[in-house]
Amino acid sequence: MSKKRVVSATINGNTTEFLCEPRQTLLEVLRNVLNMTGTKEGCTNGNCGSCTVLLNGRPVTSCLVLAVEADGASVRTIEGVACGSHLDPVQQCFLEGAALQCGICTPGFIMQTEALLEQNGHPTEADVRFHLAGNLCRCTGYDKIVRSVLAAAEFKRGEATT
Amino acid sequence: MRDFDYAAPTTLADAVMLLSRGNGAARPLAGGTDLIDHVRTGRLAPDTVVDIKKIAELNVLEASPQGLRLGAAVPCYRVYGHAAIVADYSALADSGHIIGGVQIQTRASFGGNVCNSGPAADSTPSLIALGAVCVIAGPKGTREVPAEDFCTDPSKNVLQPGELLVEFRIPARAKNSGSHYRRFIPRNEMDIAVVSVAASVTLDDAKQKIIAARISLGAVAPKPLLATDAAAVLIGQVPTDDILAKAADAARKIATPITDMRGTAEYRTHLVGVLVTRVLQAAITRAKGEKLDYRPGH
Repeated sequence: MSKKRVVSATINGNTTEFLCEPRQTLLEVLRNVLNMTGTKEGCTNGNCGSCTVLLNGRPVTSCLVLAVEADGASVRTIEGVACGSHLDPVQQCFLEGAALQCGICTPGFIMQTEALLEQNGHPTEADVRFHLAGNLCRCTGYDKIVRSVLAAAEFKRGEATT
Repeated sequence: MRDFDYAAPTTLADAVMLLSRGNGAARPLAGGTDLIDHVRTGRLAPDTVVDIKKIAELNVLEASPQGLRLGAAVPCYRVYGHAAIVADYSALADSGHIIGGVQIQTRASFGGNVCNSGPAADSTPSLIALGAVCVIAGPKGTREVPAEDFCTDPSKNVLQPGELLVEFRIPARAKNSGSHYRRFIPRNEMDIAVVSVAASVTLDDAKQKIIAARISLGAVAPKPLLATDAAAVLIGQVPTDDILAKAADAARKIATPITDMRGTAEYRTHLVGVLVTRVLQAAITRAKGEKLDYRPGH
């Protein structure tokens, strides 16, 4: 077996060191080594977006990132979105908009939405659908998700002006 | 997933050494969007994965009067986020925007897409249309291969054991020229091309006649094609509907598509004509300096 590596990354703002084998993906390490099971495993081939996390501020499917590649990187996961029991506007809007049913895809959608709204505070419906094309949901039919993302964008704009 | 060792060299020489030493069992890792999946499914079984993202030469992204240098490991989002590429090498930005979803674009590189050598790869036709040259480093030194000669068959290319694709060099955009890439898929995004076409067109000073053109076709042969005869039809001509139809006819003649779940050979051949016409019109619009009404994925 290849020697385990020591990896140091900033995860949700905390400097974190972990041991991993080169063959372990970031998704496996988050879930199985660090016990951060909020990030979900779906297809494990980059198609479904369930395992989306932000790596150095950009969304990636963590099933297609080796954990050793995260050395020195900053990682943001679903666990870092809410502030204690205070939900983030995206989470709040997903909840109020019934943008989830089984919930497996939801952490990925939330992270992908966080990435979108950081870049673009005024997304159109087409922007939202294009940006979320790498996230699959087999329950909702997407409309409620898209509406919730647009609501979160509007909420954040309101927050910014008050 | 299969056990492997991991190395992240910081120099090209070290990378070539690691890749050569592996005797074919070492594989380069750029974005990993193909490699990691292929290792997981057993299609590839490397003993060593060589992460090439820490090598300066593979991260170069530089537009100058001499042209564009695009490092093989530069991810898609940096390509379409680069103002000079959007303005002067538009087909590359068109390609980068529709390779996978946004998450894939964070990681996937043009170099990896070309080395994976899929006939329907979205970056290869644009590189061919823009006249890119592939710079390859290996144990015997460096060599250059035109983009249209890089792929040889599905998943096959000219790379020899120990060789590594380093960068693409693309000639500077000529005055009054424009380019475009588009694919046909039955959805808006996240699909593999049924047919794809890239074109680069240069107009004369009066912006009336075509003086140079390159057209590339994807997903209609074992490798992306340079449609030389279709481009030759356009030279010295005013691009009327009739001339564009003749170019489309010439392009259809070199298409040898397969029939599969994405479309029949006849359907694909028909689409070649449709797309060549539309992509040429779009490239001409850009060559005239006019804004193209085009949103990626639509």
